[in-house]
Amino acid sequence: MIELRDVRFTYPDGSTAVAGVDLSIASGERVAIVGQNGAGKTTTVKLMNALLTPTAGEVLIDGVSTAGRTTAQVARSVGYVFQNPDDQLFSADVRSEIAFLPRYLKWPDDMITERVEQAAALAGITDHLDTNPKDLPSAVRKFVAIAAVLVSGCSHVILDEPTAGLDTRGLDLLTGILDSLERDGVTVVTITHDMRFVTDAFTRVVAMAQGRIVADGELADVFGDDDVLAQARLKRPDPAQLARDLRLGDRVVTIDDVVAAIP
Amino acid sequence: MVLASLRDVRFTYAYADRSALDGVTLELASGGLHGVVGLNASGKSTLCALLRGIIPHFHTGQLTGEVEVLGRPLLEWEPADLSRAVGCVFDNPFTQISGIRDTVFEEIALGLENLGTPRDEMIERIERVVEQIGLQAIVAKNPNDLSGGQRQKVAFASIIAMDADVMIIDEPTSQLDPEASEAVFQIIADLKARGKSIVLVEHKTDLLATYADTITVLSEGRVALTGPTRDVLSDPRILEFGVRPPDVTELAWRLADAGKPLGSTPITSAEAQAAVRQRLEKRAS
Repeated sequence: MIELRDVRFTYPDGSTAVAGVDLSIASGERVAIVGQNGAGKTTTVKLMNALLTPTAGEVLIDGVSTAGRTTAQVARSVGYVFQNPDDQLFSADVRSEIAFLPRYLKWPDDMITERVEQAAALAGITDHLDTNPKDLPSAVRKFVAIAAVLVSGCSHVILDEPTAGLDTRGLDLLTGILDSLERDGVTVVTITHDMRFVTDAFTRVVAMAQGRIVADGELADVFGDDDVLAQARLKRPDPAQLARDLRLGDRVVTIDDVVAAIP
Repeated sequence: MVLASLRDVRFTYAYADRSALDGVTLELASGGLHGVVGLNASGKSTLCALLRGIIPHFHTGQLTGEVEVLGRPLLEWEPADLSRAVGCVFDNPFTQISGIRDTVFEEIALGLENLGTPRDEMIERIERVVEQIGLQAIVAKNPNDLSGGQRQKVAFASIIAMDADVMIIDEPTSQLDPEASEAVFQIIADLKARGKSIVLVEHKTDLLATYADTITVLSEGRVALTGPTRDVLSDPRILEFGVRPPDVTELAWRLADAGKPLGSTPITSAEAQAAVRQRLEKRAS
């Protein structure tokens, strides 16, 4: 369970990125956070694994406040995959990159070997285990970063813009990873600008604007509400816009919805 | 005038075991907006690097076939002249930012300085592009402190400021929100309206559907499909090459699969609305 209670965060330069957020995400739930660049999305998720600590309010992970805990402590239960994989990759080959956290946690060697191979298989990078991450295309490096986080077996995962730069093959792989995490009961919180990814892979959406949550609910609660879309400066996905213009129904959002709604 | 003409072009990077371009024959007209799509590693970025002369001048390897840019064989261009004629935005905003400049303003100036632009003109051009792309709030910030989306806009601004006749733009919107992506496409459309030729690598086919004149699909270093935007995007074979069609095109295909075909295959939302409306009216009458 991830809970934010009236959380605020102001950067040292005085700019307020999060201006009072209440959010509760159950364990095993999958949530997409959407909104414009600068809406406070990244700051909000960084508060969830103690990369940042709130200026006011409280962040609770499985009932325990992040106050006074280090990122290294919180990261055992909340994994964070950065938007730019190069921010987190530094090892000479993919295998040691993925093994970094398990080694830090002093797992036994045979357990490390096994878990690294499992994480690599899940992320589709088994063929690249002996390659230097720097020699891989950026889309593949992204999956190395995902494997390096998932290997820890954390119960909550944060993904910052996971679809940026991915082609359809990468998108399929990512969707498979999300489904596998769901089966394992892992919470997934994703920041994304990719509305097609949201409507394909999520049922709960949180829309943010100016450091606040302006909507939190099902797809139709965000994409069916003109006020929310205007505040978060989101464009309605084309199928949802079509449904609206042709009065196919207020809750018709996805391509599947539209196919079902047309006689 | 032809922007670029390639005949049976093959290129293999030094030390690579597979050709990045493997027999590409392609002609792109000048004054057009040409979309390039395909899976990662299909040859899109290599094609961009070639048109810009980065291949074979910077990235070495084995190049065969004929490449002409603006009517002149690639190898006959002086690299400095080519960099003036052809601007280029790379796909990774994290590496495009120079890292040696203290402010966004100076970062945008870097390319212009290299072109030897006079100081007054340089300042004027930077101010214009800062306003055009909406960078006023971050112009004095250190580029290293920017978010991915902001860096991408700065990288884009740097190229627009250089005002080359040809612009090669590799995934300019991958880090941007939908509103900012649309704004970038509108700027690109304005450039085209001013007579610029543009080659644009982009995954967002819904935006290409509205703005591009032609689309080329690359697959494993070869041209899989090329032609007018409508013909390519409404061709279901694009799925085999890992290209996601516009949402409304996929909707039309899915409706057909469900036994509810539309009279035509839309690629834009306006077309989809017309086609669905027609079906609804036909059913009602």
